[in-house]
Amino acid sequence: MFEIKNLKYKDILEIEHIIINKNSVTSIVGESGSGKTTLLKMLNNIISPDEGEIYYDEKELNQYDPIDLRRRVVMLPQTPVIYKGSILDNILIGKRFSKSENYNIEEIKVLLEKFNVNKNLNEPAENLSGGEKQRICLIRILIMNPEVILLDEPTSALDENTEDLVVNYVVEYVKKNNKTLIMVTHSKEIAKKYSDYIIEIKGDDLFEWSC
Amino acid sequence: MNGAVKLSLIQVISAYIFILILLLIVRKRGLNREKEITISTTRMTLQLILTGYILTFIFKNPNPFITIFVILIMEIFAVQNILKRSKAKISKELKKVVVFSMLIGTLFTLFYFIVIVVNIKPWYNPQYFIPLAGMIVGNSMTGISLGINKLIDGFKNQVDVIECSLMLGASPKDACKPILDNAFDSAILPTINSMVGMGIVFLPGMMTGQILSGSSPLVAIEYQIAIMLSILGSVSICVIIFLLLGYKTFFNNRMQIKREEL
Repeated sequence: MFEIKNLKYKDILEIEHIIINKNSVTSIVGESGSGKTTLLKMLNNIISPDEGEIYYDEKELNQYDPIDLRRRVVMLPQTPVIYKGSILDNILIGKRFSKSENYNIEEIKVLLEKFNVNKNLNEPAENLSGGEKQRICLIRILIMNPEVILLDEPTSALDENTEDLVVNYVVEYVKKNNKTLIMVTHSKEIAKKYSDYIIEIKGDDLFEWSC
Repeated sequence: MNGAVKLSLIQVISAYIFILILLLIVRKRGLNREKEITISTTRMTLQLILTGYILTFIFKNPNPFITIFVILIMEIFAVQNILKRSKAKISKELKKVVVFSMLIGTLFTLFYFIVIVVNIKPWYNPQYFIPLAGMIVGNSMTGISLGINKLIDGFKNQVDVIECSLMLGASPKDACKPILDNAFDSAILPTINSMVGMGIVFLPGMMTGQILSGSSPLVAIEYQIAIMLSILGSVSICVIIFLLLGYKTFFNNRMQIKREEL
């Protein structure tokens, strides 16, 4: 699915060769500042490498329309971004950006329940706690139904139990719907428990193994 | 009606008493602004005297080339002022957008006003063209100045929100919409607010001038209404062109934010 060749970005990241498989769960781990988020942003085409190529479905990333690619390969940033409006507005904003207004309100309610967000959809989103905001942002991405989900520390504001619950659900969703999940996480336990593959960035070296 | 009372040199000089009062207040309060006040008063006086002589010459010798030359000079000064007033660094591309939006917005409104609204013949009659151009260009300059600061501040303060929207597949235009709306609103608000108090709280400069020079207040009001609407039109057109082209300069051809320019 993703193939990276001879990639170089400033003095932050250097990758000789790596393949990320389709319909799999891949975790990226490594110390802070090692370039994990940078790598994720490159897959979402938010930044481009200085050197090297990234292929998605055997086509170079540069050959895709950037907006179209980002709708297929959606990324969740580490800090949850909440827009003005209700919880429902915030959940639907991704779909609205892609001009797709059809949604199933029952599906959204089920997701809220699964993610332990006991709030009314019409409440203003700015009143939510940090953890609730993070879960709303995750739901926002899930209902967009993308091919690839890129998550940057999706559970950094959650307690251990909620973290497990949320990641478990997302992984289940990915497997059931034949999606691909690439997740940056600080937790090696979460990475080991849920991933098919782990990529560890250590200084200039990159290690990859199957779980 | 009679024309305005001609002021003698002594009468004009007597008005400088207000500057002396201001200087006294400033000195007494230790505000350390004497130099700026003196320089700006001197500049205002010299600039206006010079403009008076130049306008007298131009009015006596109406010529389309001179009229166009004058408006070009006004546009150059307005653009320079916008760039100087900006708190942040402005990229080369954004500077080009400032020039383009100022020229298109002000010239379109000015020619519409001259040819359609007032129907002045010949169109280049400097007695109408130059003062009207001054008002339209000056107000549009203030509008773009406000717009540019809001646009740059918006990008700086909300870069993470814009980036998040892009990550979700938003077009740069959709991702920037809240910033553009806010910048447009801030840029046109002073003009809208000034219209609210007009005629009650204050009499606008152009209307005051016309009344002082002997025009009927009703004629002065007709002109004032038309010019205020044209100013609002010009500010809106300039600012919207500036914003709709300006936000694009913050993105590269891969629709990525040029973070290094923020």
